[in-house]
Amino acid sequence: MAKKEKVLEHTSALQLNRTDPNMKVKPTLIIHRIICYIVLVFFSILCLFFFYILLVNASRSHYDIMSGFSFLPGNQFINNFQSAISNTTIPVVNGVINSLIIATCTAILSIYFSAMTAYAIHVYDFKGKKFIFNFILLIMTIPTQVSALGFFSMCTDLGLRDTYIPLIVPAIAAPAVFFFMIQYMKSSLPIDIIEAARIDGSGEFRTFNTIVLPMLKPALAVQAIFSFVASWNNYFLPSLIIDTSTKKTMPIMIAQLRSADFLKFDMGQVYMFIFIAIVPVIIVYFCLSKFIIAGVSLGGVKE
Amino acid sequence: MAQAANAGNVPVKARKGQIGKYKKWGYIFMLPFILVFLVFQAWPLIQTFYYSMFRYFKSGLSWIGPEFVGFDNFVAIFDMSSGNNILALTWNTLIMWVLGFVPQIIISLLFAYWFTNVRLRLRCLGFFKTVMYMPNLIMASAFAMLIFSIFSDIGPINELIKHTTGGEAFRFLSYTGSTMGLVAFMNFIMWFGNTTILLMAAMMGINESVIEAAEIDGASSSQIFWKITLPLIRPILVYVMITSLIGGLQMFDVPQILTGGQGGPNNTTKTLIMYLNEQIGTSKNYGMAGALSVIIFIVCAALSLVVYYFFAADRSNKKSKKGGK
Repeated sequence: MAKKEKVLEHTSALQLNRTDPNMKVKPTLIIHRIICYIVLVFFSILCLFFFYILLVNASRSHYDIMSGFSFLPGNQFINNFQSAISNTTIPVVNGVINSLIIATCTAILSIYFSAMTAYAIHVYDFKGKKFIFNFILLIMTIPTQVSALGFFSMCTDLGLRDTYIPLIVPAIAAPAVFFFMIQYMKSSLPIDIIEAARIDGSGEFRTFNTIVLPMLKPALAVQAIFSFVASWNNYFLPSLIIDTSTKKTMPIMIAQLRSADFLKFDMGQVYMFIFIAIVPVIIVYFCLSKFIIAGVSLGGVKE
Repeated sequence: MAQAANAGNVPVKARKGQIGKYKKWGYIFMLPFILVFLVFQAWPLIQTFYYSMFRYFKSGLSWIGPEFVGFDNFVAIFDMSSGNNILALTWNTLIMWVLGFVPQIIISLLFAYWFTNVRLRLRCLGFFKTVMYMPNLIMASAFAMLIFSIFSDIGPINELIKHTTGGEAFRFLSYTGSTMGLVAFMNFIMWFGNTTILLMAAMMGINESVIEAAEIDGASSSQIFWKITLPLIRPILVYVMITSLIGGLQMFDVPQILTGGQGGPNNTTKTLIMYLNEQIGTSKNYGMAGALSVIIFIVCAALSLVVYYFFAADRSNKKSKKGGK
């Protein structure tokens, strides 16, 4: 089939060349390509430019930054880093640890339980299955902010304010992860394998944990990354729930930088704080970008 | 004969029995998801609706209410004499969304077209996609803080302006236009890579032979784009637009950090969710926050229905195709 198409393509290309003189086609195509590359490179630079400035300024002293613009990094990177992590008003080390704990727990809970729910719908036949599937699909795009008021007052009533429970546990119900998982299962989880496991005497729970989960690994990994990043970047809910400064997550601390008297701040430190908030994700991204981009085009759904 | 019929029947019965036997596992596996959804999403939503009907706010140190007032909060939120009425907030939010979304969809369409164009055969696609998608994963609040530092009165951009023109610094955040422009620009940078990848996936799904046939018939590349590619990816375009609109209505982190929570100048860049955050967190006016949430919920639910039907249509299409084969 593929060969046939290739042959077709070849012949059509030949026909085109016959109708258009060779000389005419080639230069326009080359010019077109050059324009494409120029535009693409421009937008790539645009994407990277601000992060480059971040890198440059995170490595310069306050005095250098204030005295002018530079395209070359300075030598104060380690100094800035040390003064940033020893800042007592914004305990950035706590922030990183808190964000890591919350984001990791969120990622694990959301992929495990959402995969489990998708598995329930994919494998079993029970009353209300269709309704639940359609319902989850329907609520997938409704933002969590609309119930934030009730969420906030409930957490206050239950004494969950200033704890991580309201930031971690709700991840168990992640409609977007559920949807991605069920799509993946449809394409690559044959029911026969589960039936074979049953015949071999494996319990339902064991089948899911030891046979199904390993088969879902690629999808789980992609969704774990997305859940982790979404939680790491989340600002709205944590800023309402968390009050104690040592319990705050990275985004809240970044917001504090903004509300602090900005002009009096050591700018080298400000850039270093932003650097610390952004860089872990960028490093993970560049290591795993192939999976992530494949995941984006596959899922089509990301919050 | 009888035996054969029997033999045919037994497995069916056994299978039915099996389904019955395993049925409960379906419920068990779904239980955590459903429970958490009910406790942390459904119940808070019901409470939010409840609060929207009550006068309930903190004045000084004491709480006023809750006292049932019917739809008074909804009337109050449409009060035009207040700078924070819902129409002004929606307008601010939508303008910033449109300013970011229009260039986003144009650039994404163009790039997706280039990336999937067989005749162009561009190289380094992996690199371009990687770089352009990256801002999507960046912490929005940190990105906004970075842009704020760079465009602040004492930031590097103003240093450049002062050096080149020798004049005064341009105070970006003192003008509605430039503040909105910065927010829209950030949203554009953060989302165009994502949209490009989605549209690319859609364009790669187009059957190559359709385009070849058009080429043989002598269609120009712009004709192919407008008359073939675009109509064929319309479902994805609609999906991208509506999910982006829902995302736009939730716009919070970027304008919140950029304007320091003020939505300045003069509340002209305050978004719906920024106001909601203010009402829950600082003003503690639960009645108003409830009314605003209910309205946002209704709008988002309506938009979600469209997305839902998009998925439902997509699924039934696939099913009928499978049936056809």
